[in-house]
Amino acid sequence: MLRLQNLTKTYRTGDRALNGVSLTVEPGQVVGLIGPSGAGKSTLIRCINRLVEPSSGQVTLGDTALTGLGHGSLRRARRRIGMIFQEYALVERLTVMENVLSGRLGYVGFWRSFFRKFPPDAVSKAYALLDRVGLSDHVDKRADALSGGQRQRVGIARALAQDPDLLLVDEPTASLDPKTSRQIMRLIVEICDERGLPAIINIHDVALAQSFVRRIIGLKSGEVVFDGAPNELTDAVLTRIYGEEDWSATIRPVDEESDDQVDDPDAEAEHHGPAEVLDRERMAGLS
Amino acid sequence: MTAAAGTARAVWRRPPLIRNPRLRWAIYGGSLVYLVLAFASVDVNWTRVYEGLDRGLRFVEGFLVPDFVSRWGDIAQGMQESLTMTVTATVVGIMVSVPIGIGAARNIAPLPIYLACRGIIALSRSFQEIIIAILFVAMFGFGPFAGFLTLSFATIGFLAKLLAEDIEDIDEAQAEAIRSTGAGWWQVVNYGIQPQVMPRLIGLSLYRLDINFRESSVIGIVGAGGIGATLNTAMDRYEYDSAAAILILIIVIVMLAEYGSSIIRQRVQ
Amino acid sequence: MVDASRTFPESWRKRTTRTELLIWAGWLALVALFVFCWQVMTQDTIWMFVADAPSQAADIGSRMVPPRWAYLPDLMAPLWDTINIATLGTLLAVIMAVPVAFLAARNTTPSVRFVRPVAMLVIVASRSINALIWALLLVAIIGPGVPAGIVAIALRSIGFVAKLLYEAIEEIDAQQVEAVTATGASTAQVIDYAIVPQILPAFAGICVFRWDINIRESAVLGLVGAGGLGLKLQDSLNILAWPQVTVIFVLILLTVLVSEWVSARVRHAII
Repeated sequence: MLRLQNLTKTYRTGDRALNGVSLTVEPGQVVGLIGPSGAGKSTLIRCINRLVEPSSGQVTLGDTALTGLGHGSLRRARRRIGMIFQEYALVERLTVMENVLSGRLGYVGFWRSFFRKFPPDAVSKAYALLDRVGLSDHVDKRADALSGGQRQRVGIARALAQDPDLLLVDEPTASLDPKTSRQIMRLIVEICDERGLPAIINIHDVALAQSFVRRIIGLKSGEVVFDGAPNELTDAVLTRIYGEEDWSATIRPVDEESDDQVDDPDAEAEHHGPAEVLDRERMAGLS
Repeated sequence: MTAAAGTARAVWRRPPLIRNPRLRWAIYGGSLVYLVLAFASVDVNWTRVYEGLDRGLRFVEGFLVPDFVSRWGDIAQGMQESLTMTVTATVVGIMVSVPIGIGAARNIAPLPIYLACRGIIALSRSFQEIIIAILFVAMFGFGPFAGFLTLSFATIGFLAKLLAEDIEDIDEAQAEAIRSTGAGWWQVVNYGIQPQVMPRLIGLSLYRLDINFRESSVIGIVGAGGIGATLNTAMDRYEYDSAAAILILIIVIVMLAEYGSSIIRQRVQ
Repeated sequence: MVDASRTFPESWRKRTTRTELLIWAGWLALVALFVFCWQVMTQDTIWMFVADAPSQAADIGSRMVPPRWAYLPDLMAPLWDTINIATLGTLLAVIMAVPVAFLAARNTTPSVRFVRPVAMLVIVASRSINALIWALLLVAIIGPGVPAGIVAIALRSIGFVAKLLYEAIEEIDAQQVEAVTATGASTAQVIDYAIVPQILPAFAGICVFRWDINIRESAVLGLVGAGGLGLKLQDSLNILAWPQVTVIFVLILLTVLVSEWVSARVRHAII
């Protein structure tokens, strides 16, 4: 269980990115975090693994108070928190396998990692994860030789290689096309379900959030202004989060798609017709 | 548009580079005054130049018919010193530059280490190789050892500075991703930073090898070993054909080094 | 779903055994080369002198202070010469380097087969030979003094300026050239309207950068008789007047700092 209490972050420039955020994520729960640009979504998840140092407040994961950990224990805590990034953040010039194995860095000593001699169980786990995300054929390719969707799959495998107790996902689909976005979101949610893994997913695409997650938190100017189920997202709520706009084309009734398990990418293509593409174009203004 | 049609202007002038007319004329005038003063203070002794033309001609002749043979022993000795000095100084220089370069990158080094490393870089960059060579010769005695130290020291200022700038320019997201896996500082450097800066570091090292060879040909003038001493002697003895032979050798070696390093650079990309 | 019935390999290697061995062999060769060079280089080194270096350094250090500041007025004329050598030398170099650069750039050279190699040879020859060596030659030919320094700096800088400039010319946007050519412009007009505007910022940056380097170089040219501060340095070293040497070093350092500041400011203003 992840608990944030009164989390506040003020940057050195004086910008208050987070203002007393408190929330709890139950085990196995996948949370979508929505909000306009600059609402503090990115800051919020970075305060959890302290890539950004919170100014005040508390973060507790299980029994561990993450805020207040020293250098070494913070590293050990970070091992338990997998993170998936917006622009994939793969090390471009390393191979796919090295990128996935880099998820084990917190578990091995420097020299082992330097000579790329990871323990056998880590290696077989990495192979299994690459198989799970559908990249078995690309193990020894360099990361910069992959397409956007494939790179994000490597990013997912890297995060999972950590054996995380929590997944932080920062705009996983921001640089992907609509179809790949849905595939990646589905993969993340499926994997979380398989492993009972709680996750916080930053996402600017409201419709995508609605169709894949069961709990949505709306952030505005560093404060939580909405916390509820996807179908509670009404015009009024969206206006509260984003400001005045015609929302009729944005909100969709929660449809069947979040439940179907389409693994074949071609079959999935039939699911979204021109209407959905149109929706996305309109929403481009939000991001 | 309608109004403009009536008062169409037929004159157009390109807007001047410097907008402010006063500043513009001050810069033009200042440059002119400087050039006049500078040229006035350079006095050319035309009779001496005229006498020298003869030697110039002999030097050109030397270039056309270089003499590798009569001073070959000296030339070989000087080249051997220059080349060995270049290799050892570049290797040692790289080994010292890498930690200093990492320490001088603001995004990964703590402030005190950063300041110390930047200080070393500034010290090494402030003085010409030849001045450092003078001091090292005074301390360590004549010969290639002083030259080796000079080139190693000069390599630090060059390589560490450029490496530090490279590390500061990396894609921060890749390093952040590695950090978020719980990796230690060394692991972040090894996985998140090294792959990003390695190709350029190799390129810069090869470039520095090239520079070190060229520098090794001058520091001999102040006694720090290498082909420069041989060249200086040849010039003092007015043996222009031997001097031309040495210069041709230097040019050929530099060309070979550039060609070789361009091949290696393409391969590591 | 991670299927429990499937097993995955437990070992992974970045490279094959063969490449790994090759890499180790490469490192070994490098170490061997270094050791060999070290042996050859130090065969005549007198280690007693090396061991003695700290005390020598301390000795020189103690002689260098206090600096003889009264020497400073004598240095003003050489300082002026040094600045002139650098500035006029850079100017001369730029004037000669521009045509060389256009002849060397693939997209502007009249002939890739014949003219370009000649231009490249000029560039390499100029770059390979240090300004100090050029000065050595020129002092022998046209006599000691500032003119030899100016020409030495110019000869050394041609290659540098021309190399960076022709690389900039090769990187220009071909579309703009195409567009101007399409208007029926002559070659000279194409250069004026399509190429020059694209390379002008790079050109100015290169010139200022080289001027900054030339200030450092011209400060030592006097060591071989080509005028400037180096002459005074040579004089002072000959009579072992270390307090004067200190003053010269401080002056060179200040000049270098100022020139670096100026060049950084100008480059910043251009970009």
